[in-house]
Amino acid sequence: MATQGPIHDPEIVDPMIDPRTGEYAVIAPGHNFKSVTQKIAGIVLTANTPWAWVGGLFLAATVATGVIIAVTWLVLKGVGIWGVTIPGAWGFAIINFVWWIGIGHAGTLISAILLLFKQQWRNSINRFAEAMTIFAVCCAGMFPLLHVGRPWLGYWLLPYPNTMNVWPQFRSPLAWDVFAVSTYATISVVFWYIGMIPDFGTLRDRAKLPIAKYFYGMLALGWRGSTRHWIRYESASLLLAGLSTPLVLSVHTTISFDFAVAAMAGWHTTIFPPYFVAGAVYSGFAMVLTLAIPIRKFYHLEDLVTLRHLDNMAKVMLATGSIVAYGYGMEVFMSWYSASHWEFFMMWNRMFGPMGWAYWILILTNIAIPLTTLWSRKLRVNVGYLFFLSFVVNIGMWFERFVIVVTSLYRDYLPSSWGTYRATKWDYMLFIGTWGMFTFLFLLFARLAPMIPMSEIKMMLPQTKVRPGGADAEVVTQEAL
Amino acid sequence: MPPREGVYGLLAEFNTPSELVHATEMAHRAGYRRMECYTPYPVEEAAEALRFHKTGVPLMCLVGGVMGLITGYGMEVWVNVWGYPLNIAGRPLFSWPAFVIPGYEWTILFAGLSAAFGMIALNGLPQLYHPLFNAPNFRDGALNDKFFLCLEAHDPRFSPTETRTFLEQFSPVSIVEVDH
Repeated sequence: MATQGPIHDPEIVDPMIDPRTGEYAVIAPGHNFKSVTQKIAGIVLTANTPWAWVGGLFLAATVATGVIIAVTWLVLKGVGIWGVTIPGAWGFAIINFVWWIGIGHAGTLISAILLLFKQQWRNSINRFAEAMTIFAVCCAGMFPLLHVGRPWLGYWLLPYPNTMNVWPQFRSPLAWDVFAVSTYATISVVFWYIGMIPDFGTLRDRAKLPIAKYFYGMLALGWRGSTRHWIRYESASLLLAGLSTPLVLSVHTTISFDFAVAAMAGWHTTIFPPYFVAGAVYSGFAMVLTLAIPIRKFYHLEDLVTLRHLDNMAKVMLATGSIVAYGYGMEVFMSWYSASHWEFFMMWNRMFGPMGWAYWILILTNIAIPLTTLWSRKLRVNVGYLFFLSFVVNIGMWFERFVIVVTSLYRDYLPSSWGTYRATKWDYMLFIGTWGMFTFLFLLFARLAPMIPMSEIKMMLPQTKVRPGGADAEVVTQEAL
Repeated sequence: MPPREGVYGLLAEFNTPSELVHATEMAHRAGYRRMECYTPYPVEEAAEALRFHKTGVPLMCLVGGVMGLITGYGMEVWVNVWGYPLNIAGRPLFSWPAFVIPGYEWTILFAGLSAAFGMIALNGLPQLYHPLFNAPNFRDGALNDKFFLCLEAHDPRFSPTETRTFLEQFSPVSIVEVDH
């Protein structure tokens, strides 16, 4: 996110703009250690739960009952209630799985990769982006488990000694998936929790209610801010970031292998891993914007999640969106250049066949709208437009998976086996239900846990500068400001 | 083990990290060793002043990662070659490239869990009671906006009066005697 150069616009008098760079500040001026604590801890420790939050939670819970109903009926009746059939055996279950897990990847990218690149602006958004990751993985993990048909036997996927003397088959990408997704979920939860320990300590010390003291006291594990602890903590955070970075790349690579390893026209291509990873980050950043924009407005966090953050996230979307566009272009090119009759037919059918509309929705929402407008700085700092765009991109990324799964499968090598794919109401109910579940979990998180890491925000304040010889407090504060 | 009664140490409170680092550095030069800084965010300069460098966390992470790799890959080889050999389209039983991915995932899983839980264990956490929590200003400020230096009583140089005089020269906001 390097600044290209100062923007000389004499009309800009916005106090949020740093006059030296012309960029928006990462933190609004005037904050100190105490104000950061008060602002962030105040959201959690207030006795007044906003009515809008209660209403939102109720609405989300209502939508989430769709999951309960759809899963109950699925368990009673079997996967026949879904639209999956032969040849289109993968349907919504896999589309939604890939879509949700892709959304999760932005959280890890923000918390791990941007930490390694020393992008300090990430500090304001990494906590709730990580929360988003975990809740998205919760939604994602459900789909393949249900898709196996008898989810209560899901533990058969794991390697464990059993009386049947049967073991998993490790040459299969579906077995790789189990390892990749379970590792990803575990490491994400651990990274998230480790990051919250010091903030739970702050909440424990400031809580008034006995139950809050107990709850946060337990979660804080007795954290007391000791320097030796902090140094080990920083070391562990850096290591976890270094481990999560290859992990997040490997997870979506493995998911793309579910497709690419199969000898199916439209799937069997080497561009899948990089373009899946870029697409995942693209949709994930869109979801971070979908969440961050209402949150900063509702909780008045505009001075911690500033326009700089939104601008930077939009730039990441522009970059990853361009990689995705390259991937689409290369797919089309290769289907011609491969001189394979099957590949060529698949691409023609994908664009102009009975389901061609889905392909053009994908091009419109993933490429045409975002990649033409995100070049404009005015639009990148236009909150309303970004909020709209975040939905556009998430719709586009859902259609990308729809196009990949459905249009490759429903007209395969043998015309006699051609069919079509149509999702049933149970498919829709489960999918929409997961939105409710995701929102429900996220709202609980926003109320009960510190959404923004207090200690990491404090590290970015000018007051942290250490003067040799222990200069007077007044002087340091004056100079810093 | 020091006795669990009497004075734990003297706790000096500062408003800025600069004052804390200066006081810590001077305390180290004066010969104090049993001491600790408490800050709302990581202050690397304070660790320098305490001469604390080696954390031990990277080593635990490495050992965990190697264990994960051996466990994961070894399990795959045993299962698919000896435990439950399956002929899948004539592929060799020891299909080493296919086994890389789960082995890789378990390397990361074990390394990550070792780093995280190793850090917690090396820090001696969870430790819900600590004498410092008895100091009211510590609970109010340590994880908020204040910087603390605690010179502990089991340091051979510690004396309730002389150590207090020593700390007073750095003009801290307060000096509190903390009991066990």
